[in-house]
Amino acid sequence: MTALLQILFDALSLGSLYALAAIGIALIFGVMRLVNFAHGDYISFCVFALLWPSIEATAFVFAGQLPPYLLIPVILTVGACLSMLSEILVFRRFRNANPATMMIASFALGFVIKYTLLMLFSSRPKSIDLWPSLSLPVEIFDARIPLLQVITIVITIVILIALVAFLKRTRFGLEMRAAAENFTMARMLGVRANAVILLAFAISGMLAASIGLILVTQTGTVDIQMGSSVMLVAFIATVIGGLGSLPGAVVAGFLIGGVSVLMQVILPFDIRPFRDAFVYGAVIAVLIWRPNGLFMPRSAKQRV
Amino acid sequence: MIANALTSVDISVSFEGLKALSAVNIAITRGAVTGLIGPNGAGKTTLVNVLTGFQTATQGHVAMDRVVLDSAPAHRIRHLGIARTFQSGRLFSDLPVLDNLAVTGVGLGLSRGDSEARAAAMLDWMGISPLADRIAGSLPYTDERRVAIARALMLEPKYLLLDEPAAGMSAAEGDDLVALIRRIVAEIGCGVLLIEHNIGMVLRICDHIYVLDSGEIIEDGTPASIRTSEKVRHAYMGTQADAEGEIL
Repeated sequence: MTALLQILFDALSLGSLYALAAIGIALIFGVMRLVNFAHGDYISFCVFALLWPSIEATAFVFAGQLPPYLLIPVILTVGACLSMLSEILVFRRFRNANPATMMIASFALGFVIKYTLLMLFSSRPKSIDLWPSLSLPVEIFDARIPLLQVITIVITIVILIALVAFLKRTRFGLEMRAAAENFTMARMLGVRANAVILLAFAISGMLAASIGLILVTQTGTVDIQMGSSVMLVAFIATVIGGLGSLPGAVVAGFLIGGVSVLMQVILPFDIRPFRDAFVYGAVIAVLIWRPNGLFMPRSAKQRV
Repeated sequence: MIANALTSVDISVSFEGLKALSAVNIAITRGAVTGLIGPNGAGKTTLVNVLTGFQTATQGHVAMDRVVLDSAPAHRIRHLGIARTFQSGRLFSDLPVLDNLAVTGVGLGLSRGDSEARAAAMLDWMGISPLADRIAGSLPYTDERRVAIARALMLEPKYLLLDEPAAGMSAAEGDDLVALIRRIVAEIGCGVLLIEHNIGMVLRICDHIYVLDSGEIIEDGTPASIRTSEKVRHAYMGTQADAEGEIL
């Protein structure tokens, strides 16, 4: 029972990260048909925003010293601004380009962000102790669960509820859903295209920032590669979920997180290092079974 | 130019040298139903595209209530009070019917609550309130058409352009549509342009009919005069198989 609870929390907290990242990607794909591969680098950028630029091996913590009630909004703002800036400076120019061109542009932007970080901070991972108290375990039904896991899950649930409320209840949410389905038609009906797209980028950037904060607290290291691995899994989650489907992205994110943790537990010890091969094998199986993902939006069916 | 009318003045459109429309003049009068008929490929949809800013005219211009609309983009034209429907419904198929209508309200600058209230009132006026929560993509063809018209009406247009609204409808459904168009003209007072292949319906409901063939208006007049026009009969018999000729 205790072990089971432990596995459950591991799965949920890992799934939370993937789900948050997958939504960030699915939101942008929805309004622009852009798979934004720079998303992972937004995550890294937000983490590095905690530090003062230096190529020393030791981290020179700067914004990271702020109290949480200031630090969190600052980092969320950094994420939102970076994301909106990339829309204004880069993606806006590709609005009418085909998806492949936009995707390559996003790769290029990702490289620019990554190598800017490399120049400012060097490629060495640095350690940083952000909110060490969160690593302490709490007891839930005799299981000792790291407080951070509980917080990650709770925050994810809060973010998901807020996002659903935003999309379902506000004027911007309706505009975004309409634009995600048929951009030209939405524009024709008076939806403010630029504002909607910019807002989607802002939300996506804030999601990247929250992932960054969770990751850095979890691992205690800062590394320019840290966003990329999450981005890869999140991208796969958006594909499995059905590109453009937000519920699909969330479900698939949790699914991949769950399968990863489960494999870690049930695979024989010797082949555990190859866990990811099994996870991606499962991904391939799902895509053979449902090539368009688990939740394909109706609009996507018509477009084919 | 005519007051209280949407007019096309000497509109010509050519696609890479191929003339789709040549010097077309039509007037859609407020408070009346204007018909536009013609064989397939005559240029009917192209004309609607020009009138609604989806397509720029090579020559000529569009005027609304004596004001020339200088190649305004489509989303501006909607705000001036010209709404249209498409041959395919083009609803947001993942959204509920109510939200499909509310998008227009939000686009006009209303709050979410206000636009939903207005959308509900519009569905009520159309007599399709039970459809409000249905996902648009799951609607049968006829309902989809009605929702598309409701969404166009959300704009409170002065002119409503309906592109083949009866396509695929049964006779009874066609009768409902005729009644609806009459109500739109009588109660909202807009000018309706009806593009239809169902010529019986056009003759029954329109006050004035234009016949377009190969990009030119070959005849216009009252239903009675169109019915007996030799030119119209010739155009239909000449360019298309017997099917269309029989309808006439």
